[in-house]
Amino acid sequence: MEGDDSEEDSDEDEDDDDEDDDDDDDDDEDDDESLEGIENKSPKDAKDLFSDEDEEDEEDEFAELGDDSDEDDDGPLEQDFSGDEKEDARRKREAEDAAAEQVLNIEDEDVYELSGDEDDPDAPPDLQHVQARIQEVVRVLQDFKSRREPGRSRGEYVERLVADLATYYGYNTFLIQYFLDTFSVAETMELLEANETQRPVTLRTNTLKCRRRELAASLINRGVNLDPIGKWSKVGLLVYDSRVPIGATPEYMAGHYMLQSASSFLPCMALAPQDGERVLDVAAAPGGKTTYLAALMRNTGMIFANEFQKKRLSSLVANLQRMGCTNATVCNYDGRQLPKVLGHVDRVLLDAPCSGTGVIAKDSSVKVSKSEADINKCAHLQKELLVAAIDCCDANSKTGGYVVYSTCSITVEENEAVLDYILKKRDVKLVPTGLEFGRPGFTSYRGKNFHPSVEKSRRFYPHVHNMDGFFVAKIKKLSNKLGPAGAEDGAAANGFGKATGDRSDSEEGYEQVSGSDDEGGEGGYGYGVGVGVDDEVPEKKPAGKKKNARARMLEELKAELEAEKKAKEEKRGKEKEKKEKPAKEKKAKAKK
Amino acid sequence: MRPLEESEIQQVFEKLFKFVGKNLKNIVDRADQPHCFRLHKKRVYYVREDIMKRATNISRDQLVSLGVCVGKFTHSDKFRLMIGALELLAAHAKHKMWVKPTSEMSFLYGNHLLKSGLGRITENTPANQGVVIFSMSDVPLGFGVAAKSTQDCRKLDPSAIVAFHQADVGEYLRAEDDMVQGKKE
Repeated sequence: MEGDDSEEDSDEDEDDDDEDDDDDDDDDEDDDESLEGIENKSPKDAKDLFSDEDEEDEEDEFAELGDDSDEDDDGPLEQDFSGDEKEDARRKREAEDAAAEQVLNIEDEDVYELSGDEDDPDAPPDLQHVQARIQEVVRVLQDFKSRREPGRSRGEYVERLVADLATYYGYNTFLIQYFLDTFSVAETMELLEANETQRPVTLRTNTLKCRRRELAASLINRGVNLDPIGKWSKVGLLVYDSRVPIGATPEYMAGHYMLQSASSFLPCMALAPQDGERVLDVAAAPGGKTTYLAALMRNTGMIFANEFQKKRLSSLVANLQRMGCTNATVCNYDGRQLPKVLGHVDRVLLDAPCSGTGVIAKDSSVKVSKSEADINKCAHLQKELLVAAIDCCDANSKTGGYVVYSTCSITVEENEAVLDYILKKRDVKLVPTGLEFGRPGFTSYRGKNFHPSVEKSRRFYPHVHNMDGFFVAKIKKLSNKLGPAGAEDGAAANGFGKATGDRSDSEEGYEQVSGSDDEGGEGGYGYGVGVGVDDEVPEKKPAGKKKNARARMLEELKAELEAEKKAKEEKRGKEKEKKEKPAKEKKAKAKK
Repeated sequence: MRPLEESEIQQVFEKLFKFVGKNLKNIVDRADQPHCFRLHKKRVYYVREDIMKRATNISRDQLVSLGVCVGKFTHSDKFRLMIGALELLAAHAKHKMWVKPTSEMSFLYGNHLLKSGLGRITENTPANQGVVIFSMSDVPLGFGVAAKSTQDCRKLDPSAIVAFHQADVGEYLRAEDDMVQGKKE
């Protein structure tokens, strides 16, 4: 079968790549189920590996360790998480080989006939049959000219493929179509397959509380089988299997590590916060990235961890406390309101809420629940949030002025298009993320051309990097203007950017400030409006006048009241007389 | 968020004093960076002063937590230390107990510490003294109150309680909802 062929090819190819490694005999079998291959390794071996080392340098140790372990496993980490170029080259060669083999094997085969292969629409789909057909159609599409059935257009084949893939993998047709539009047919197949398997469990050492070597040693003692995640991270560990629940060990409860997917390391590493900076995390829950930021800053400076969803606050707070993060302030705002609340900070991390098309392996409901409208809705929110995030950032910051934008989605609308939008909206530029691997962002997509610097962003895929589908971009703010570069901007001079700055610097009593914040909140969701100023300054100035007015009013009121009183007293006096009169009369009558 | 009142300060300090004794001075007047206690939604936070000043920007309703949550005032306005205070206590603790690896989990599920699980204990710990409880590898796991003095502990039978449980790090998982005001109530 076609698919098997190519897979075997890939095995061989990887073998070639690994020539520099030790001779790995069992490499071929292990490659696809690399994790299983490593599972066989007994924890004792691993323990020995760790305990043997007693040098001071952690990195060296793990580098060595990685080499050692290559003897009995194939080192999938290095392959999976390593640079892209190698991966690309491999794929290319793979494709060539596959093509060559196909020519050899099936040159004489008949063309595949699309017709006469229709399913009965009412019958349940026969998955084996569908799978076979998928493979046939894929094969045809790879060399359409010579393999197609005469008179059939490419569109018909693709339509068939979309329908079959949707049935076989349980997606809606929109997503399949989207993937096919974004990737080649072969890569789409790889992606769909990768989405069927879980990504490896990874954890991050909390450097506030312990070192990776110590943590690895104590976890291995508990019967956890693990390895460093790769050369690109000094704090990540990859868990193969465990005899104990990895989320309930005493080390976990004591905050020595955080269960966190490998992809969520990336935005924090890209942001690279420095000691003593002010950092904002716009969508913080459940706190994996926030605590990483705190660890990178070694608990200096301060972090504003914002989370809009109330129900996720408790997990955020619990994680921050557990990890011993003391420099964080947790707040519960809509991200779009943040610029007028916080004023300027040095760096902003925006891990935007997204459609989740990169984490289908984790949440398979995405397969059927997302439509084009959903993605556009997400993209709209993301644009608003990114504008707010950029407005929060201080371009004049000595050390910072950076915003990192990330999503766990692989759609272009939510990533490159958002960046393209912000480049037009604000005076910003894209800078390299500082991540060693990942594919460059698309500069054009289906007829849309984006700003060429969008290429500096990075994309990560399940089938290439063996981590969740992810997108990271790093943005440098060039000026605090509220418009694009070059635009005259009156608002910035007297308005909002400055206003928020003033505001955060003012050292006023909190009651007063929080009071005015409340009013701001009522003002609605609009951002980019000079609410900060409107709220505070004008209120203060007319305060004197107001007092006068109030005093005058009070005096008037008093006068009125007195007048009323007098009138009443007079009335009462008359009434008394009236009452007294009849009473006297009665008495007189009675006497009579 | 507001500074604590005199009576509240007294309650908080009394509780802390039980664990750290005269080291309380080091907590209140820190040499490195000024810290302060703040009350917000019945919870007491121990926070660096510059962070506290910045946090005043955030409105009362939207502020969830800041710095370290040391404890909370109960409905009957008694002060109770929470697990967030552990690091503070562990750093300054006068009296400590160490748990054997075999009974770590039992303690982390909220049980009292039994004699059989007691690995080490600070000399001269009196009864009813606040103790911070560590694992044998010196990882703070929680805190409680010593049931017996060090001398008496030696003679106890294995199933007797040596420390009454007050808080443990397992609460981060068990009582996640208790971390934020209003969730549980």
